[in-house]
Amino acid sequence: MTAEAADSAEAVGTVAPAANPGFLLRHGGTIEYILIPAAALAGALVVFGIFVAMFGKNPLDLYFYMYYGAFGTWFSWQNTLTRAAPLILTALCTALPAQLGMVIIGGEGALLIGALSATSAALLLQGLPPLVVQMAMVIAGVIGGGLWIMLAGGLRQYRGVNETISSLLLVYIALAILNHLVEGMMRDPASLNKPSTREIGAANMIGTIPGTDVHWGLVFGLIAAVAAYILIYHTVFGFAARVAGGNIRAAKIVGLGVSKLILTICFLAGGAAGLAGMVEVAAVQGRTNANLAAGYGFTGILVAFLARQNPLAIIPVAILLGGISASGGLLQRRLGLPDASVLVLQGIIFVFVLASDALYGRIGFLKGKS
Amino acid sequence: MADGSIGLWTVPLAVLGGAIRVSTPFLFVSLGECITERSGRINLGLEGTLVMGAMSAYGISYLTGSPWLGVLAAGVTGALLGALHAGICSLPRVNDVAVGIALMLFGTGLAFYLGKPLIEPTAPRLPAIDFGWWSDIPQLRAALRVNALFLIGVALAPILYWAFRTTRWGLLIRTAGESSDAARAMGHSVLLIRLRATMVGGFLAGIGGSFLSLFYPGSWNEGLSSGQGITAVALVIFARWDPLLCLWASLAFGGAAALGPALQSVGVTSGYHLFNAAPYILTLAIMIITCSPKRTLTGAPAELSITR
Repeated sequence: MTAEAADSAEAVGTVAPAANPGFLLRHGGTIEYILIPAAALAGALVVFGIFVAMFGKNPLDLYFYMYYGAFGTWFSWQNTLTRAAPLILTALCTALPAQLGMVIIGGEGALLIGALSATSAALLLQGLPPLVVQMAMVIAGVIGGGLWIMLAGGLRQYRGVNETISSLLLVYIALAILNHLVEGMMRDPASLNKPSTREIGAANMIGTIPGTDVHWGLVFGLIAAVAAYILIYHTVFGFAARVAGGNIRAAKIVGLGVSKLILTICFLAGGAAGLAGMVEVAAVQGRTNANLAAGYGFTGILVAFLARQNPLAIIPVAILLGGISASGGLLQRRLGLPDASVLVLQGIIFVFVLASDALYGRIGFLKGKS
Repeated sequence: MADGSIGLWTVPLAVLGGAIRVSTPFLFVSLGECITERSGRINLGLEGTLVMGAMSAYGISYLTGSPWLGVLAAGVTGALLGALHAGICSLPRVNDVAVGIALMLFGTGLAFYLGKPLIEPTAPRLPAIDFGWWSDIPQLRAALRVNALFLIGVALAPILYWAFRTTRWGLLIRTAGESSDAARAMGHSVLLIRLRATMVGGFLAGIGGSFLSLFYPGSWNEGLSSGQGITAVALVIFARWDPLLCLWASLAFGGAAALGPALQSVGVTSGYHLFNAAPYILTLAIMIITCSPKRTLTGAPAELSITR
């Protein structure tokens, strides 16, 4: 009994001994993982309220419109979920490598390359049955994005190049490649003001979930997040990855193939972001152009950190941040706030979430008696 | 072509001019980051600092009519953001790389928010010093119109080199960067040293931003900096934390960044976007060549999380 309690206490990350296996002791860690990010979020909202109050806006109006624009109506829910879909996928691009202790922030680049590959696949296979084209788009998007981040992982493993910096540099390189192709080789001559590729065709769009305006990309995101969770927490591969993330030397001593782990995880991470690019093309834009660089990759970093790199927790967090960005339009129209206010709020949340890392294991009533 | 007399010489001249003009923000950010990293902490948020600096310099210059006040404001803004970074990092168990990413997003967001009303108006810009008066070739004269900030940056590099080696402050920063235990044993607060180093680093990065909005390209808009800050942070790594090497690397980068516009001016337009990405490709290539998985980089501060 005591041993069992100790095991479960360890599993949720409580540091206290299992002398008194009460509810708080057993679930203290889990409660902490919900309570502290929630407190950080609340703190960030208060600071943002003060910030807009300095510009003469009423913070209560702000909170109301944020809620209303994000979750107030069925329409805003659909808007929120549509934005959450790519966020889930780009957050996985940061969360999966984080299991290995790597900080990858290049999801935006993988998204762009994934979109470009998916569009190319669709344009090459014009005329085939839509299901074939869509499958090819998914495969091309995943492979394109996957190889892009695998490049950052490989450079880290074989050349010792810092993966945070290289993955961010790759974002700018990806954007340059996209602009180059969209304004050159792949340009649709009919797109005059906004250089774009040709359209993939209405028949090849993945459409919306019946009864809603939310596209199927959300389902892709949910499946990917659950699959990532199972992979990390319920397979030998995921266990090996977490061992290598915890102690790379121990992983080498027990004979884990660290190179293979890093390359595979980075491929899957980039593949998720590439899939986000595919979804944006096949469900929203219908073609590739500079509109795709809408910052989903960067918001995904925040989602991953707020979810503490847990693939399942990414889902609610992505919906929350999708809601914040969905409410941006309403804040602009009703309160006259600039469109960058969503960016400011995201930045404040990020700062608060990181600062709240200092609180873990320090909240008195969750610590238990030792 | 109008400048038929010098023809293709336009390209190297434009690259020379670019090396002088475009390198200045790289130079200031990399020197600032050099100070911060020598103290044992990395600030990836300088991209945000750069944009905030550009915005506040433009705003203050527009409001007061004095571009130099704008430069000062940019520096102060940068120092404040540096203090924020150092303050959060001094909390236990907070990762400096992640805080840098957060401040990168926060800085750019805040700059876009506050800078919205500044896109329209024109602010007084920094004057240029004309070093090309002796020449009749307009392209050469354009290349040699140099801003005072560039000269300050060039002078700063050897001063920092000297300060790291010989002054008390330089020694303290290096001690904190090599072994925080040693600094603590000497009775110094490592957190305080790093706070000051990060604030000075932010100050310089902010000034780098003021150059963007007040001299070249010389206006405020949301596409002003695209990754110059992060490129400069990478530049410090392969400059081996040496201020003098930072200077040469910045000049090389400025030249690379000027290649795209220079080729466009002689009619080569096909690879415009790819040439614009030249600094990022160059950074990545140099990092691939100079890094090695087997040894830590020579000259790397031992306390730096990113190279351990």
